[in-house]
Amino acid sequence: MPQLIAVPRETAAGEKRVATVPEVVEKLIKLGFRVAVESGAGDAANFADDTYRAAGAEIIEDAPRLWAAADIVFKVRAPSMSEVAAMRQGQTLVSFIWPAQNPELMQALAERKATVLAMDSVPRISRAQKLDALSSMANIAGYRAVIEAAHHFGRFFTGQITAAGKVPPAKVFVIGAGVAGLAAIGTASGLGAIVRANDTRPEVADQVKSMGAEFVGVEYQEEGSGVGGYAKVMSQGFLKAQAAVFAKQAKEVDIIITTALIPGKPAPKLISAEMVRSMKPGSVIVDMAAEQGGNCELTSPGEVVVRHGVTIIGYTDLPSRLARQSSTLYATNLLRLTEELCKTKDGTINVNMEDEVIRGTTVIKQGAITWPPPPPKVSAAPPKPAAAKPPVPVAKGHGAASAPASAKATAIVFLVGAVLFWFIGAYAPATFLAHFTVFVLACFIGYMVIWNVTPALHTPLMSVTNAISSIIAIGALVQVAPPITDSADRPTQWIVGVALVSIALVAINMFGGFAVTQRMLQMFRK
Amino acid sequence: MMSETLSTAAYVGATILFILSLGGLSNPESSRRGNLYGMIGMAIAVLATVLGPQVTKAGYPWILGAMVIGAAIGLYAARVVKMTQMPELVALMHSLVGLAAVLIGYANYIDPVETAHFQGAEKTIHELEIYIGVLIGAVTFSGSLIAFGKLSARITGKPVLIPGRHWFNLAGLLLVLYFGGVFIHTQSIAEGMTPLMVMTVIALAFGVHMVMAIGGADMPVVVSMLNSYSGWAAAATGFMLNNDLLIVTGALVGSSGAILSYIMCRAMNRNFISVIAGGFGTGGGTPAAAGAQPAGEVHPISAPETAELLRAAKNVIIVPGYGMAVAQAQHTVYEITKQLRDMGLNVRFGIHPVAGRMPGHMNVLLAEARVPYDIVFEMDEINSDFPNTDVAMVIGANDIVNPAAQEDPSSPIAGMPVLEVWKAKNVVVMKRSMASGYAGVDNPLFYKDNTRMLFGDAKKMLDEVLVALKA
Repeated sequence: MPQLIAVPRETAAGEKRVATVPEVVEKLIKLGFRVAVESGAGDAANFADDTYRAAGAEIIEDAPRLWAAADIVFKVRAPSMSEVAAMRQGQTLVSFIWPAQNPELMQALAERKATVLAMDSVPRISRAQKLDALSSMANIAGYRAVIEAAHHFGRFFTGQITAAGKVPPAKVFVIGAGVAGLAAIGTASGLGAIVRANDTRPEVADQVKSMGAEFVGVEYQEEGSGVGGYAKVMSQGFLKAQAAVFAKQAKEVDIIITTALIPGKPAPKLISAEMVRSMKPGSVIVDMAAEQGGNCELTSPGEVVVRHGVTIIGYTDLPSRLARQSSTLYATNLLRLTEELCKTKDGTINVNMEDEVIRGTTVIKQGAITWPPPPPKVSAAPPKPAAAKPPVPVAKGHGAASAPASAKATAIVFLVGAVLFWFIGAYAPATFLAHFTVFVLACFIGYMVIWNVTPALHTPLMSVTNAISSIIAIGALVQVAPPITDSADRPTQWIVGVALVSIALVAINMFGGFAVTQRMLQMFRK
Repeated sequence: MMSETLSTAAYVGATILFILSLGGLSNPESSRRGNLYGMIGMAIAVLATVLGPQVTKAGYPWILGAMVIGAAIGLYAARVVKMTQMPELVALMHSLVGLAAVLIGYANYIDPVETAHFQGAEKTIHELEIYIGVLIGAVTFSGSLIAFGKLSARITGKPVLIPGRHWFNLAGLLLVLYFGGVFIHTQSIAEGMTPLMVMTVIALAFGVHMVMAIGGADMPVVVSMLNSYSGWAAAATGFMLNNDLLIVTGALVGSSGAILSYIMCRAMNRNFISVIAGGFGTGGGTPAAAGAQPAGEVHPISAPETAELLRAAKNVIIVPGYGMAVAQAQHTVYEITKQLRDMGLNVRFGIHPVAGRMPGHMNVLLAEARVPYDIVFEMDEINSDFPNTDVAMVIGANDIVNPAAQEDPSSPIAGMPVLEVWKAKNVVVMKRSMASGYAGVDNPLFYKDNTRMLFGDAKKMLDEVLVALKA
């Protein structure tokens, strides 16, 4: 029996989004599921009941029946307590939860023996990007922030020279270059504004530039990257330097968009009342961190206020204000999650806790709270291959394990060498020893010379050493016609014949080797 | 006619020129001069020998004839060889040096004038020198021939392992030692021929067996190792003939080849012994863990979409592999590079030290296609730039971009340094099929979300990309 995915209407005040859209309904049905949508769920996002019906979903009139029938519930906002009360035992819920901020909700859900997947807890690894609803919502929020700012700003964004006079371009300053910040930068520069941006993480400077903005750095040495690519709390000294930069920008720019958030902490207060006062009349501040208290001291969450002639926008529902777009993206994120949960495509989900993505997303499994998940595996630093290494015997007393071992190895090599040389010196004739000396020294020269060859030239080097090894021709040359009188038992024809063949063979190598090396080297050019 | 001392002085000059030649090859600026030094050194050495006291006038026409024949063949081969066939050519040439060493050893042994005047320890040492010279020469000869066969795909590239191969090698070694003992105790030349020939056969078999057991991916190491052997063969011949120039030059070539092999091994994070012992992955004891199989879906992409991706990019890194060489795609790669650079993109190449089938193989191909070498970077230089790269194009490479080397400790290639292409925003992998690389390891890169697979012959696909780019 295929499982039923139910999508209720969002009950939170002002929430216009819906957790699935007709296009996605079709794909969910292809995965084998049945889909039910509460009547009117998509109205605020301009998706009529009929379009869902056309896509194959069942429309259920009232919420209690929907909740009762559902195996899996898709929602946008975390459920209210009354919704939790309507849940069946053992149901699966997928929505935003914010487990850290909502402990009572977590408790209540656990009591219903529910399995809960929190879209805000998707691990930040590349494989999970396609179901990262936070990013897709932040992207929309960033766009909408600029649109809201433009709406309240009394001028063009782009500079124009018209018959009626010259219009200077608007200057926009974006604080925080996460997904939302970057989206805001892109939108604002798309509208023609001059955009500047700041972030505590210096590595995002390139991303900022790639979106068409100028990066305004803080001249203070501190690394601002925390775990998982998020920002962290900065030191006092840094904050002072940062405030100076912001104060200067506040005087120059027309619009400030702040997106600075630190996970699990109230939003940092970056724009003081003093800075707001220094801004030009008619300027706009969009505080995208309003829900977490705001980056501006004068922000009033959820409202638009005018302070000192500056419009401060503190909307907390920016994605919802672009309901059709955000519903579509959110629904797609949920579809990707469903694909991960239902690899067999048979209409039943399998919450596989071995899968890193599903493990991170699942905050309650059949009534057991599984949040927070173990830290994600960091791909950059793999675990050391512990199995391969045999234990290194620690030499008596002191030092690191490896150092004495290699010293020992060196000692053994030298000892073997010494014995060898002594043996040769004791038994070999003088002429051999002279040749041997030359031989050993030449080996060392070869070793020294080759050590700093660039890898790019390895092939020509090999081909030139190959050509040089044709020196063996000399061995054959001296055999062809040595200055001796033929003795009776010397098989001269044989020797000369063999030597000549050798010469011909080596000549191939000699001429061919140098020629081909030359050909190769000719190609290396700047 | 030169006197003995004059020809010795000429030899010293030749030696110095050879050292300068190798030194000159250490960077592209001085490399051409390096090659020239080598040629001059060789010319001096040959002339000094021919004009010196050891060769009488009677030999001149013979020598000249043999040299002209060899030179004609060599120059012709050097002219017609394609750059993608360089590894084969070099391997084939090594075999010639090996064969020459064997022949010279035999010729020296059957010459009573050469051997008669040695007595006691000197005689033993001289015979030992012949024996060792022939031994190394024979191994080089047969080993190089097999390497040639493998590189030109006349013989399977897979390691061919016979059961108990280490015992086979050990038995061969013991036989060689035994016949060595027999050989130096023989009284006449005719008597000595038997052990010498038996040993030659064993050495030939050993060379074949050794290289057969080594997989195609390890060929760079093998080619450079055989290069080293041909040097040792020359040095052994030098001992045999009491010729210092041969000893010095042979030692130079031998040690430089050995160092090069070592550098290669280090680039693959492999032990030299394990490469030579052959049979990739069998030494580790446990086969690749089945649990480490990467799972997931592959995202195919078409050539026009690839062109779109490139057009939208700012930073592009191209990572070529053996597949580019096989498909002869380097010229198209250059055309695309040129087009992208004209469009204002920053295009660079990332070269893995063991990409291709011989050391520096990729550099030679790119140089042939006139890619300027200042945009061609080594792995260590470019690896940190991948996170800032929009598109990484992997052309016919597999193991050298396998993230399993870093992420999966149970992988047979664990710990091998690789190009971290998966850190780029998008990765386009050009590949004929989903088959695994020479190491026989599946590649999780293909299943990553930012990876797009462009299936098909690299040359054909790149041509289509180029057309789409120009459109």
